[in-house]
Amino acid sequence: MTLDDLTKTTGEWLRGVGPMSDIVVSSRIRLARNLAEHPFLTTADAGQRTEIYRCLSQAITTTSPGKDDLLVDLETADVIDRNVLVERHLISRQHAAAEGSRGVTVSPNETRAVMINEEDHLRLQGLRSGLQLEELWAEINDVDDSLARDLAFAFDRRLGYLTACPTNVGTGIRVSVMLHLPALRLTKEIERVARAARDLRLAVRGLYGEGTEAIGDLYQVSNQTTLGKSEEAIIHTFSETIIPNIVGYERTARETLARHHESQLDDRIGRAYGVLCNARRISSGETQSLLSPIHMGIQMGRFKEFDLHTLHELFLYTQPAHLQKMQGRSLDEDQRAVARADYIRKRLAPK
Amino acid sequence: MHITDTMPEKREQHLCEDCAEKAGVIIKQTHHTTNEILQQFIKHKTGLGGGDDLACPKCGLTFKEFQVKGLLGCPHDYVAFAALLTPLIQRAHEGGTHHVGKVPPTAEATVKKQTGILRLRRELQEAIDQENYERAARVRDQIRTLEIG
Repeated sequence: MTLDDLTKTTGEWLRGVGPMSDIVVSSRIRLARNLAEHPFLTTADAGQRTEIYRCLSQAITTTSPGKDDLLVDLETADVIDRNVLVERHLISRQHAAAEGSRGVTVSPNETRAVMINEEDHLRLQGLRSGLQLEELWAEINDVDDSLARDLAFAFDRRLGYLTACPTNVGTGIRVSVMLHLPALRLTKEIERVARAARDLRLAVRGLYGEGTEAIGDLYQVSNQTTLGKSEEAIIHTFSETIIPNIVGYERTARETLARHHESQLDDRIGRAYGVLCNARRISSGETQSLLSPIHMGIQMGRFKEFDLHTLHELFLYTQPAHLQKMQGRSLDEDQRAVARADYIRKRLAPK
Repeated sequence: MHITDTMPEKREQHLCEDCAEKAGVIIKQTHHTTNEILQQFIKHKTGLGGGDDLACPKCGLTFKEFQVKGLLGCPHDYVAFAALLTPLIQRAHEGGTHHVGKVPPTAEATVKKQTGILRLRRELQEAIDQENYERAARVRDQIRTLEIG
């Protein structure tokens, strides 16, 4: 498997299946781990960094769950390839832009990606569409167990897994669920929901994590507390309380829109489709904002011009790195705006 | 607690200790004092001037550098900066102080030394809390031995 093979499909997180997938786009779990006998990356010199990378990439690709994984050396990878991995949610923006020995391993179905030498030596991540946290935990826990048979992770009885940032110490777990909440934004209730989530010590962020905006009405809700609660307890609260509650609010808001603002709702969806079909230049931000009401329209059975699969393709392949990857060359912002509009028009042209 | 605020105009407030802490006026004395005494010990042990200059003997990272970057330098920093990190960690984790959750299947033996130091560090704190300085000195020597070994 190569990176080019990955880009032929929209990957796991955009499959649009799984429980509550009308609103829950994807679920993610990551575990932070560090080798006990090595310094964290803050103080590791180039030699130590290379040694950690060599040791971990070998360990992952030789243990049973990861032996078919694709290893991407990010130190030597091309900038477009690195950003393709960001757009596919397999690595963080920071990991793409960093320097020095670092990489990622990706499972063939993209449900698993392990970042090596990001903030911690290891960031084991599981990714699935819909709300599938228990399944993810089983998979990631298994990978963690396999690796721990050969590697000694920094661990303390009282503090748990020791991480570069004390905010991750303990379980080192981050549970993160991506939700599509257009109706809560339209009914202006989103801030109230976000505030309530923050009061529960949850982080509410945009599409690409920390410090990013909620483009296309996509919000990531994640835990911040990692010490004093078990992995199962954190996951259970997400699966049984937090996410079903937010999904409930969004569904109610959608019903309200359909009942009391029907023409405005269909107008918004129709206009979005009209612009996408006819634009000659379009930014990736505008594309995602226009795809948002259509996404809601498909889920509510109000939009029949194309299906969810096409929507996901449009969502992913119009992002800067995927667009350039498809075109096989690097394009500046201006060229991308034209290429993007061309791609969308062709994709939506009547067959 | 009685506060007289003179800016922009004179205003008097009478708060209990808990409310004063919430208002950011004070840091509870009990907390402060324990840390202060422990810091004295750390200073004494490492021969350094204060929290800011405190450095990890393993990776060399100073506490000041940690405060700037927000990232630690090595697993041993949790021991080296224990007194200063504990309140930070508690605040970041809704008061959580103890790991509840997965334990690595085989790593335990290799981190035994670290665990030992952390345990002794807690004993040191207890000894200080009880003003049992003789015991504290003994524990301090044990920590030193473990760190060198």
